[in-house]
Amino acid sequence: MEGLSLTTIGLGLIIIGAGYGIGRIAQSAMEAMGRQPEISSKIQTAMIIAAALIEGAALFAIVVALMKG
Amino acid sequence: MGLLTPDPGLVFWSALTFGLLVFILKRYAWKPILQAVKSREETIEYALAAAEKAKAEVEDLNATKVQIMNDAKAERDTLIKQARELKQSMLDDARNKAQEEADKIIASARLQIEREKNEAILQLKEKVAEFSVDIAGKLLEEELQTTDKQQAIIDKYLQEVNFN
Amino acid sequence: MQNIRLIIVLIGFWAFTQTTFAANTAGQSSENEFDPMEMIMHHIADAHEWHVISYKSDGEERHITLPLPVILIDDGLHVFMSSAFHHGEEVVQKGQSYYKLYHGKIYKTDAAGSIKYDEHHEILNEKPIDLSITRNVASMWLSIVLIIWLFTTAAKRYKGAPAAPKGVQSFVEPLILFVRDDIAYAQIEKGKADKFLPFLLTLFFFIWINNLIGLIPFFPGGSNLTGNISLTMVLALITFLVTNFSGSKSYWGHIFWMPGVPVPIRILLSVIEFIGLFTKPFALMIRLLANITAGHIIILSLFSLIFVMKSAYISFVSVPMALMMFMLELLVAVLQAYIFTLLSALFIGMAVHNEEH
Repeated sequence: MEGLSLTTIGLGLIIIGAGYGIGRIAQSAMEAMGRQPEISSKIQTAMIIAAALIEGAALFAIVVALMKG
Repeated sequence: MGLLTPDPGLVFWSALTFGLLVFILKRYAWKPILQAVKSREETIEYALAAAEKAKAEVEDLNATKVQIMNDAKAERDTLIKQARELKQSMLDDARNKAQEEADKIIASARLQIEREKNEAILQLKEKVAEFSVDIAGKLLEEELQTTDKQQAIIDKYLQEVNFN
Repeated sequence: MQNIRLIIVLIGFWAFTQTTFAANTAGQSSENEFDPMEMIMHHIADAHEWHVISYKSDGEERHITLPLPVILIDDGLHVFMSSAFHHGEEVVQKGQSYYKLYHGKIYKTDAAGSIKYDEHHEILNEKPIDLSITRNVASMWLSIVLIIWLFTTAAKRYKGAPAAPKGVQSFVEPLILFVRDDIAYAQIEKGKADKFLPFLLTLFFFIWINNLIGLIPFFPGGSNLTGNISLTMVLALITFLVTNFSGSKSYWGHIFWMPGVPVPIRILLSVIEFIGLFTKPFALMIRLLANITAGHIIILSLFSLIFVMKSAYISFVSVPMALMMFMLELLVAVLQAYIFTLLSALFIGMAVHNEEH
């Protein structure tokens, strides 16, 4: 990892994608909670699970990028 | 990448330690804690249920009390009403009877009066007849002394008599 | 808007440090030059000794360290204290073999302690099986002593008639109930959850307490145990084994022969599901590792700024930011413990779920 390599750019792209995805999940979850506060605990669980899945995919990409880099 | 290479020594120790930790905590911490918490929850639930039941019972009692009171009130009302009706009817009866009695008395009085009156009239008639006879007798005594007049009356009657 | 501005500032600083890092790695001329990369890597890696404090006396740097036992399996068992290495400066002879501590790892060498490299700068020296009590192991034992003390003390209070919680009990009970109700009972069918509760509770508190110990910046803390792949791998592996050994018939049915879809898709799905069996714990492993290590790296980078810039005034920026990161890391510590436990519970819940079609 010397300076700015393709790996670094790839990591940036991964973060952008994952960040956008998790942000969207959080946004939708907040809206849903606002609409139906009585099931907010269920929404929260679902949100965490979905975010974890995206995060998992992002982590894979990061691991692969780090291994290649 | 040194960060992503597992170290066999640490793998060994962490597996052993974690396994041991699960075992120890399960035995000496989780089991008593979870059991106690569960039993406490059950106790609380039971107590709550009992309280709920007691409350329901009290409510039931209250309802019964209200029911009884209402019943009593209704009974009282009916009794009063009945009494009032009875009074009214007794009064009416008494009044009717009194009326009847009065009517009867009046009727009998009237009858009596009628009878008395008739009797009195009868007596009066008798007396009048007596008087009439007396007067007639007196008159006759008087009249028979003066023949002229008798003759005049006889003549008058004879004239009136029609023999056809 | 404020957040965006903050992020821009952060990115700016990050870019700045990156360039300084790059400059530093490029010009590794002077020995005394502060190398943040090396310092950070040294802190987040495991070690055979427990560093307490360093100080300078007579112009020489001295370290106070707690030596830890080294256990090697290599033609028999060798046990000695790590102080014998003199921080890697000396070669230790045991029987016929010589051992050298080099960048935190023990290698077999010759009597002179020479380290050989191949053309890719990979070390060629043989490594003995190293079961040493390293800093991470010692820190882990410290943590389990703490955990056992905490929970057995709390457990003692539960003896006798039910009473209102008091003392340490009132601290741990809500947490235990949280794990039980919001993690275990929420994800696993009731009646089946109780079997897994000890595992999930231990997992949660073990990860959390070790995350917190890792955040303590001085002696008995500061190890990067939960940011070490060995530990996260073991935990993920245990979750994997627990999940699959408690898998119900319908769980395996859904993996290998998904009901209700055409046969070609079934084959495709079974491949995906089979890969998914391994990717799920793998993601667990990497997530915990990445989150905790990243937190350590960020905090250390912020402090490194002061030394890289060689100016105490930078501390007016980096110390508040490091403090903010510490706050965030406190949240991350519990959040990652929660997520690891929640996902473990979720996988177990999916495995034990018996669907009636």
